[in-house]
Amino acid sequence: MLDYFKGPVQGLQDFTTLAGQAIGNIWRRPHYWDDILIQMDTIGVGSLTIAVFTGFFSGIVMALQMGRALGQYGQTERTGEVVSIILVRELGPVLTALMIAGRNSSGMASELGSMKVTEQIDAMRALGIDPIQKLVTPRMIATAIMLPCLTVIADFIGMVGGYVVSALVYHLRAHQYWTTTWQALEWSDVVQGLLKPFIFSFAVSLVGCYYGLNTTGGTQGVGKATTQAMVTASMWIFVLTAIITKIFVSST
Amino acid sequence: MPESMLRFENVTVRFDQLEALKDVSFELKEGETRIVMGAAGSGKTVLLKTAIGLDCASSGKISLFDQEIQGKAERDLFDLRQRVGVLFQEGALFDSMNVERNVGYPLLTRRDVKGSGKKAAKVDMAATHARIQEALDFVELGQTLKLMPAELSGGMRRRAAIARAVATKPPLLLYDSPTAGLDPITAYTIMALIIKERDVDNTTAMVVTYRYQDGNLVANFRYNPEDGQLVPDEKAAAKTIFMVLKEGRLIFEGVQEKLESSTDEYVKKFVKRD
Ligand SMILES: Nc1ncnc2c1ncn2[C@@H]1O[C@H](COP(=O)(O)OP(=O)(O)OP(=O)(O)O)[C@@H](O)[C@H]1O
Ligand SMILES: [Mg+2]
Repeated sequence: MLDYFKGPVQGLQDFTTLAGQAIGNIWRRPHYWDDILIQMDTIGVGSLTIAVFTGFFSGIVMALQMGRALGQYGQTERTGEVVSIILVRELGPVLTALMIAGRNSSGMASELGSMKVTEQIDAMRALGIDPIQKLVTPRMIATAIMLPCLTVIADFIGMVGGYVVSALVYHLRAHQYWTTTWQALEWSDVVQGLLKPFIFSFAVSLVGCYYGLNTTGGTQGVGKATTQAMVTASMWIFVLTAIITKIFVSST
Repeated sequence: MPESMLRFENVTVRFDQLEALKDVSFELKEGETRIVMGAAGSGKTVLLKTAIGLDCASSGKISLFDQEIQGKAERDLFDLRQRVGVLFQEGALFDSMNVERNVGYPLLTRRDVKGSGKKAAKVDMAATHARIQEALDFVELGQTLKLMPAELSGGMRRRAAIARAVATKPPLLLYDSPTAGLDPITAYTIMALIIKERDVDNTTAMVVTYRYQDGNLVANFRYNPEDGQLVPDEKAAAKTIFMVLKEGRLIFEGVQEKLESSTDEYVKKFVKRD
């Protein structure tokens, strides 16, 4: 029984150590600015399409569902309000983070994992370079910057998707849709909508890097690390969103 | 009295249940070349990695350049490690960089000798570039600066990795299986490079191999700068020490003559003359 828990507990401990070092490195030289920029490009620019796609279609689906449900109470014109609240508070952050986890957590795990099994990580250490400083911290910083940006874009595109449905299916006027959409949002929604992706970003990057750096067993191990990274990061996103939502619900 | 470059005292390395090195002791002196032989999984790679603190000893004492390394934090090892050139088993070139940047990497990241953690105040780009070219010319890859590792053949990758290992002219070199998986002609070229490095820069080295011919070359030849060929040399044997590992234990240590007269069955399997 004790042995059963030893693995996960050891894993969590190692993960915490990695997270601590990666965060501690933010204040420590040398800083690898080019790596941060390159990662911002892969994570941010590279994931723009899926963020836009995810946002647009979740907006469409929500407007379709909500418009119909609200229509039963004769409140179809409030579609924009509901769409924007759900998007900004929940669906935008979570869906974007899940997509980025699928794309980038797994990407980081496979990239770092291949470096691990081909001894490139050892080569780095042998050359006097801290792999956490060089590989993990830039990925963490880049994700922490880009994920909130992508989420804002996904939220906005989602509202556009909601508008397309409202206009074409429910014949709402543009003015009607957009004013309710903006007015529905409170500061706490915006804070929540930005805080979530910021916190998720650490799950996305650190989980990906953790599995990458702990890869064993050759190319086969890289495949395993990739899948595990994606699954674990996704599960963390669900757990974290539940916790953060609970905090916001009880405090407002 | 030659200086001690690397010293193992009763070193044991353990991974979970498995003991990869068991009670290994030896001392590598300045100017020596040690040939490490042993079957697959006998701990040769672990021996080299432990020497620079990439793998950690669970007991025993390791001194690199007469400084104890165990118990030191990773950051404190960086300065020592920068005086060691390492060729990893698969080369371990950085996939994301071209050959020029791979070879230049150790030069650009070299820290101040004072070890303040900062990079050398101003890296002289022209000198760095000249050194990259020189290191690549040394391994006869002077024309491949802009190629990516994936575009090189196995032998070329190995040579580019040697260029990276020698780029900073470190006094100590660790070569992990430099000739494994290569054809006899390329393997000879690479051993010739290792001997050339030994004779031109007077480096101390550990060479892991399971080909006896490799050790034989190191022990009996020297590099002739006039024509760039290897020529026989009787003086090399005295400073070429063979070591044989068996399941993590150091079961033989000595010069070629002693190796060839060994009666141990395991050791005899490695000594084949053709
Ligand atoms: N990081 C590690 N974690 C767990 N076990 C390891 C690790 N590194 C090496 N080992 C084990 O230690 C033993 C010695 O490995 P090592 O890589 O030194 O062998 P080797 O002599 O270099 O073999 P080869 O000639 O195949 O390269 C092997 O059984 C290996 O599985
Ligand atoms: Mg090996």
